[in-house]
Amino acid sequence: MKLPPDPVTDDKSPGVPGFRTWRGVYLFVFAVFVAVVVLLALFSRLFA
Amino acid sequence: MNTLDWIVLLITMIGIAAYGAWHTRHTDQLDTYLKGSKTTRWGTIGISVMATQASAITFLSIPGQGFESGIGFVQNYFGLPLALIIVSALFLPIYRKLGVYTAYEFLGQRFDAKTRLLGAGLFLLQRGLAAGVTIYAPAIILATVLGWRLDLTIIATGVLVIIYTVTGGSAAVSLTQKWQMSIIFGGMVTAFFILIARLPPGLGLGGATHVAGAMGKLQAVDFSLNPDRRYTLWTGLFGGLFLSLSYFGTDQSQVQRYIGGAALREGRLGLMFNALLKIPMQFSILLLGALLFVFYQFQPAPVFFNRVEWQQNAGGTNAVVFHALEDRNAALHVLKQEKIQAWLDARNHGDTVAEPAARAAMLEAQAATEAVRNEARAALTAANPLAQTKDSDYVFIGFILDQLPHGVIGLLIAVMIAAALGSKAGELNALGTTTTIDLWRHFRPLAAHDEARNVRAAKWLTALWGLVAIAFALFAGFSENLIEAINIIGSIFYGVVLGIFLVAFFLKSVGGTAVFWAAVAAQTMIFALYLLRHRFPVLDISYLWYNLIGCAACVMFSLMLQTLLPRKPKLAVQNP
Repeated sequence: MKLPPDPVTDDKSPGVPGFRTWRGVYLFVFAVFVAVVVLLALFSRLFA
Repeated sequence: MNTLDWIVLLITMIGIAAYGAWHTRHTDQLDTYLKGSKTTRWGTIGISVMATQASAITFLSIPGQGFESGIGFVQNYFGLPLALIIVSALFLPIYRKLGVYTAYEFLGQRFDAKTRLLGAGLFLLQRGLAAGVTIYAPAIILATVLGWRLDLTIIATGVLVIIYTVTGGSAAVSLTQKWQMSIIFGGMVTAFFILIARLPPGLGLGGATHVAGAMGKLQAVDFSLNPDRRYTLWTGLFGGLFLSLSYFGTDQSQVQRYIGGAALREGRLGLMFNALLKIPMQFSILLLGALLFVFYQFQPAPVFFNRVEWQQNAGGTNAVVFHALEDRNAALHVLKQEKIQAWLDARNHGDTVAEPAARAAMLEAQAATEAVRNEARAALTAANPLAQTKDSDYVFIGFILDQLPHGVIGLLIAVMIAAALGSKAGELNALGTTTTIDLWRHFRPLAAHDEARNVRAAKWLTALWGLVAIAFALFAGFSENLIEAINIIGSIFYGVVLGIFLVAFFLKSVGGTAVFWAAVAAQTMIFALYLLRHRFPVLDISYLWYNLIGCAACVMFSLMLQTLLPRKPKLAVQNP
């Protein structure tokens, strides 16, 4: 059976200033997500 | 609506549709028709992904959710950024490398024809059902409050979207969505600032936010582990992750938005654009709803926001009961306003002794108002058992019509219709593509080489799905909150479809027959869970969990069946 080929390697430059790899972009997006959730939790507490 | 509103509405809606159709009228290559222009950049892809997900219901129902239940619904989107990272890193590169038109072609190459047909069939079933809702939902609300004929509203919006989607395919969808989203952002920001300006003098955004918070509308994150609670951090993270992973990774209406474009980079950045912006965007819309709640603490608020439904049932023998409820609501409103002002005074003076008592009195007044609103719903049901008793979808549209100046009313109605057209176009485009590629070409393999015939088939099938959606919207009735109705339909199917794809990506030892029957068993189980939830209270769980349960069941059943079934080597790879 033919299996799907492996994804394109992740080391190609995303072409985004400040980021050399896609891994860096994903980590940035994840960090922003965590920060947003923390801010929302603080927002809930502040206005409770 | 006056003439100015109609001019704004018609120019924006017909103008965008005509521009999209005219600009893409010569699209005769299958690749461009189904995947969009090869020069599409990440911004267009990102907006297209956003516009496909954000239907009119997003802008009609979500402010109502914020008004009624607070901003906790934002947790529903917590799994989305994580899902988009996974789709960008794993799913998208495979789709692009295989050069598929649909996600289900990948299943055909990885497993077999029957699994591909099952995946495509589940998509067509759930998206076809949802397509009816996305056209019906805004039409019923707009027709009710504006006095338009429901059937003509459904037909007019349906025909408009069919024209440009059939003409230019995916290229027209992306192009029009870009302009429609501009209208949407412009309109929503305008409504937000007008709402702030209409708050009582001296209250301002800060004071209104404190009132909303004190009245329990700003609980954005709930850490509760109680499975009965529909929106918590955990349902959002886990259920939402699986829902989003399935929607963005395996639903053709989204896959089609990002598999095209100039390069892999464009699709990935388009997805990351959504990963960053979606939660803030949903938060803003919910916050608008919470601020509407505050606005109506200082302005006369109807006892029931669907005023047309209320008036239609307020005659005859019901008049006495209905008027009594209106009078009690008005009296309680005045009392509550005094209590809120007393709380604000205590808070502003830093009176830590009076503040807790004032807050308790304010919440008590709010509870009394809610009790009258519940009585109003009961009275409405007693008067007419078929009456719509959920009025939160009418809060924002009521504000638009009552409080905004002419011209801006037209713009906000255009926002609702633009959102309806944008999401509808993405859906029709995907339904037509899947039917063409996974069904029509599958059963007519010789036609695969005739590009012009393929484009013609895709156009006819897209139009056919548009007509099916219009017919479904004309003859169906939906009673639940509209955005939840779509999410529930999605959650019933998405988990299993995601399970099939996860097996395809990560469990290379599992073959087509095992995953096919595992998916059938898992889907049957989810149907049973949903249908029996009222009979057995233990099964009455948040619908978001269906995504996780369906996915886990499909994966586990696949592994179990694979150990029982003899594995046949695949002799030939399916033609895409």
